[in-house]
Amino acid sequence: MGEVWTLAEYRFGKLSSVSFELLNRGKSLAQKLNAPLASIILGFAIKDEDINELIARGADKVYVVDDKNLENFLVESYAKVLIELVNEYKPDILLAAATTTGRTLMPYVAVRIRTGLTADCTVLDVEDETGNLLQTRPAIGGNILATIKTPNTRPQMATVRPHSMKPALPEKGRSGEVIRKKYDDSTFKTKSKYLRFIKDESQQVTVQDAKIIVAGGKGVGKAENFAIIDKLAELLGGAVGASRDVVDRGWKSYPHQIGLSGKTVSPALYIAAGISGAVQHIAGMQTSENIIAINKDPDAQIFHLADLGIVGDLNEILPILIDRIYDYKKREASANV
Amino acid sequence: MKIVVPIKQVPETSNVKMNPETGTMVREGVESIINPLDLYAIETAIRLKEQFGGKIIAISMGPGSALEAIKEAVAMGCDDGVLLSDGKFAGSDTWATSYVLANGIKKLGEYDIVICGERATDGDTAQVGPGIASFLDLPLSTFTSEILSVKDGRIKVKRLVEGGYEEIEMTLPATMTVVKEISDPRLPTLRGKLKAKKIEIPVWGLQHIAVKEENVGLKGSPTRVVKIFTPKVARQGEKIAVRDEETLNEAVDKIMDFLIKKEFI
Ligand SMILES: Cc1cc2nc3c(=O)[nH]c(=O)nc-3n(C[C@H](O)[C@H](O)[C@H](O)COP(=O)(O)OP(=O)(O)OC[C@H]3O[C@@H](n4cnc5c(N)ncnc54)[C@H](O)[C@@H]3O)c2cc1C
Repeated sequence: MGEVWTLAEYRFGKLSSVSFELLNRGKSLAQKLNAPLASIILGFAIKDEDINELIARGADKVYVVDDKNLENFLVESYAKVLIELVNEYKPDILLAAATTTGRTLMPYVAVRIRTGLTADCTVLDVEDETGNLLQTRPAIGGNILATIKTPNTRPQMATVRPHSMKPALPEKGRSGEVIRKKYDDSTFKTKSKYLRFIKDESQQVTVQDAKIIVAGGKGVGKAENFAIIDKLAELLGGAVGASRDVVDRGWKSYPHQIGLSGKTVSPALYIAAGISGAVQHIAGMQTSENIIAINKDPDAQIFHLADLGIVGDLNEILPILIDRIYDYKKREASANV
Repeated sequence: MKIVVPIKQVPETSNVKMNPETGTMVREGVESIINPLDLYAIETAIRLKEQFGGKIIAISMGPGSALEAIKEAVAMGCDDGVLLSDGKFAGSDTWATSYVLANGIKKLGEYDIVICGERATDGDTAQVGPGIASFLDLPLSTFTSEILSVKDGRIKVKRLVEGGYEEIEMTLPATMTVVKEISDPRLPTLRGKLKAKKIEIPVWGLQHIAVKEENVGLKGSPTRVVKIFTPKVARQGEKIAVRDEETLNEAVDKIMDFLIKKEFI
């Protein structure tokens, strides 16, 4: 039985938490298949503590490729290295996060090794009789779920939707094997060049990474009013989302847009304020675990999705809610002293 | 500059209806449109052509009806199109689809840029753009939000990633997938519509392009659909209306209870 591999993401000298979510996924699959679990980490100046962290959180092995050429993500060089690794060690399963990196790298690799790849999975399981990976994913804007398998080729590849599982927790005293690989310069020849990263300050917490999203729609009324959406998001440690109408009006920039022509998200909590719930918006958020909707119109579509629906004016409700959360947090803090 | 835009015909999503019994899509009476996210790719191509001159070719794999999508692309401003259509292509997954499209593109001869939409709104995989790049062995920029410059056989682009943007430079020929932020798609012009009406779009089947039969269609697809079902949405669905001061406070209480019970605060 081949190994179960998860691709860790190493950016700006740090492992991202999706790496640990994937380990949690990998762990249950590896257990069912009675196979070793390994993480792959590609990057530059990778710290030992990060490698150990992957082991503490469940990896039996860590394959490390540390090279100046891998400092920043370029699909060509990352793909070449990953293909080399796959061809040498022949894993049974290869999982990556459905991030901009995973969704670029995995299809590029799957084509070359001629194997199946399933995008943006929310459920992974093992088929009893065959040991095949069962990959379940939403399609057609979340209107259906499809379960897909790759019966005849290996590895079975999937990208996994961020936050569709909790990160694996570290366990004390775990040990694992570290395999370091080197490749010569020809592996890193690319027809592209990384220039720079420009941080978007308005995305302190990005919608893809957020556990909580507070999203505003046209019902917010005007650009200035968005301050209360920002405030609530900040207070909850969440990210700010927006409907397309809001982005088209320039109240928020495009990276905040949720929906068909924006981002698809599945946070633990989605608060939709002043959003009508058009199908194209819902396509991007209906797999959220909990949904609270605030809308003036009692017949708004969004209420069909909501766990809790408040029919009312968001500009009246949110300021009071914000005060109450402040008070609550203050009380909790003083109670804990 | 020669630009190729792979497009897909999809069902109009605002009309998607699911048969609750079978869990399949009701296709009758559903209009087919160009994948809305491909419109940004077409617009990007048109703007490049306006700036640098050249030719835009829309290419699609699909049933005969996909000719309509290609004609719409021509009406928007593409110069030409080609449809890859063959019963043997039916059932292709993203691997086989990228394979067919890449080989169709090869047959078009020299080109500078292949521009794809971010993903199709029905399959939602975002895998075909990168797949084409891989088959053609080309550099790739996904989630492209801006073209910064094109000169000396290189293209500099900005791509939207978690927490910000990245700038990368690629040598031409190159591939990219684009997001909505890159452009506002224009509407077809009257002249474009007239042109689209008259244009003969060639249809290429298996024998016209250099693809192997064992690599296309269901047979050539590494993945298999095991089952399709409709998600259970088990929402408790409590709704309260704010009418006055008292109900306002009640509503806020409800939200607080919800946040506390679920440990969001
Ligand atoms: C191809 C295509 C792609 C699209 N992609 C997207 C996408 O990615 N994301 C997206 O969001 N949309 C998308 N749309 C647009 C979508 O169809 C809707 O037009 C859009 O989602 C509506 O945004 P909204 O809910 O903010 O505005 P509206 O539909 O105008 O709703 C505003 C809501 O606010 C409520 N309201 C008003 N004032 C208040 C108040 N004071 N307090 C509380 N509630 C109030 C109103 O009752 C109303 O329900 C797309 C459309 C197409 C055709």
